[in-house]
Amino acid sequence: MLTYFLCFILFSIGVYCVLRKRNLIKIIIGLGIIEYAGNLFFALIGYRTEGRSPILTQDQAIKNMVDPLPQALVLTAIVIGLAVTALMVAIAIRIYEKYGTFDITKINKLKG
Amino acid sequence: MTVVPFFIIVSLGAAFLISVFGKHYKRSSDYLANSACFILLALSLYTLNLICKTPNHILVYRVGGWIPPIGISMVIDCLTPFMLITVNLVAFLIAIYSINYMERYTDKWKFYTLFMLMLAGMNGIIITGDIFNLFVFLEIAAISSYALVAFGTEAEELEASFKYAVMGSVGSSFILLGIAILYSYTSTLNMADMAKAITQKGPAKILPFVSVLFLMGFGLKAALVPFHAWLPDAHPSAPAPISAMLSGVLIKVLGIYALSRIFFNVFGMSQAVSRIFIILAIASMVVGSILAFGQSDIKRLFAYSSISQIGYIVLGLAIGTPLSIMGGLFHLFNHSIFKSLLFLNSGVIEHSIGTRDLKKMSGILYKMPVTGYTTLIGALSICGIPPLGGFWSKLIIIFACIQANHPVLALIAIFVSILTLAYYFKAVTPALFGREDGQDYKSFRKKASWAMNASMIALATLSIISGLMLVPNLGAGLLKDATSVLANGISYANLVFEALK
Repeated sequence: MLTYFLCFILFSIGVYCVLRKRNLIKIIIGLGIIEYAGNLFFALIGYRTEGRSPILTQDQAIKNMVDPLPQALVLTAIVIGLAVTALMVAIAIRIYEKYGTFDITKINKLKG
Repeated sequence: MTVVPFFIIVSLGAAFLISVFGKHYKRSSDYLANSACFILLALSLYTLNLICKTPNHILVYRVGGWIPPIGISMVIDCLTPFMLITVNLVAFLIAIYSINYMERYTDKWKFYTLFMLMLAGMNGIIITGDIFNLFVFLEIAAISSYALVAFGTEAEELEASFKYAVMGSVGSSFILLGIAILYSYTSTLNMADMAKAITQKGPAKILPFVSVLFLMGFGLKAALVPFHAWLPDAHPSAPAPISAMLSGVLIKVLGIYALSRIFFNVFGMSQAVSRIFIILAIASMVVGSILAFGQSDIKRLFAYSSISQIGYIVLGLAIGTPLSIMGGLFHLFNHSIFKSLLFLNSGVIEHSIGTRDLKKMSGILYKMPVTGYTTLIGALSICGIPPLGGFWSKLIIIFACIQANHPVLALIAIFVSILTLAYYFKAVTPALFGREDGQDYKSFRKKASWAMNASMIALATLSIISGLMLVPNLGAGLLKDATSVLANGISYANLVFEALK
């Protein structure tokens, strides 16, 4: 149970980072932390105590395996996270070229 | 039944082909994107025909031959063709419009690639029957829309895109967390199986928690009011066809369709959730229209009015009687038509006059008759002037409020409708009818090409005649069947499993 709570704390750290930090790069890192916390939580759901890797060989029974499905889903989620991070870093670089700063308080041409 | 996966194959395939050929053969991207959109529209009409003929009105496609709940399934029920037609019709007309409009940007083929990817994501969300699959398609659509908002790579566009991307990915993370918790509770990802497991296990404390996560995630994609801050920046910053796509269909598919699918068909609508939806809807309606008052930028005005109209749709769905759901879905269709029309018009206006400031515009009706009159029709329809489509859907929602014993909600809906009329009147009338100006009339007319005019006229015609959808034997069957899918709630699971036998 403790691991789940630690996971949620990690998630909250990420949210805090996105909300409070003023640097674009730090915000992107915060999003990364949120994604990792989500992925970690997903992987933990599939974990079974004393479980072995979910590879089915001929002489072994399907017993005490960890759940392989969350692992497959986490792989997909990691790829999606990579795409988002790459896109956002690219946008951040372009913003730096236009505004000359990473500080979000100075990037305010829009009214919001 | 084999037609189902083609919605994704055609759009993803077109995106791939455009990215391969578009760079070297200049016109190929136009032809490929437009023919792909046309095929998708034809396929959605064919699906509608197909679903009417099948018993039980449901089709389940097993991806890769795996039997659900083990494999991924694609489910076509009566709501699906309704959404598919809305999305692909708007996308087709926008693709025609983009042929000429996007000439002023470099690398048009990149635009079309991202456009088709976004369309693939939206079609995927609509037809999938698997909740993780829904998340993947949602991310495909969302990531391509982040890139499309920044397409012009000017300072404001990049800023808006960054804001949208940050908020969008936080929302997606909440959705993923919700899916993880739901998976640990039900041990399945198939939506029908999930609904079954939830009914068997009975109410649990975990469900409200998951509901909140989904409400926040999908609510952010739908731009309901506490989560709306990205929309007024992101939608106006994108190129006009993309603004039309985002406001017209993206927020509805990513937000409202996904929300209603999960809350109606998987969780089953409860009193508490419906009350929360009503509060969010009222907040969106009122806040959106009040904020729209102060806007002088034409695209920002339309963006704020989108927030307020989304409120109407959610209100209709949240009340939960068959009549109100029908009103909500009908307003969804109408709004996607006239809001994309208005954004396309704003593109032409910006293109010809060179500004988006409403105060600097005057006499558009005389300078550019087609743009002027279609804008007028779109604005009248969104305000709810009687013979046009918007009037009928708002009327149904208001009647449904009274019928369901919510007279206060009906009053608020009428009040917001008057507010809508007021801010459109205040902003758009001088721009359309105003006389005084010293600008050259003839140079304006040349700039809107026949393709752009054709798609705007088609959308305007649709928004005039969409009231005919309520006539029996014309479109009422489509609307009623789509309504029954949501009104029947969690019996969706039984239908899917029966179709699998």
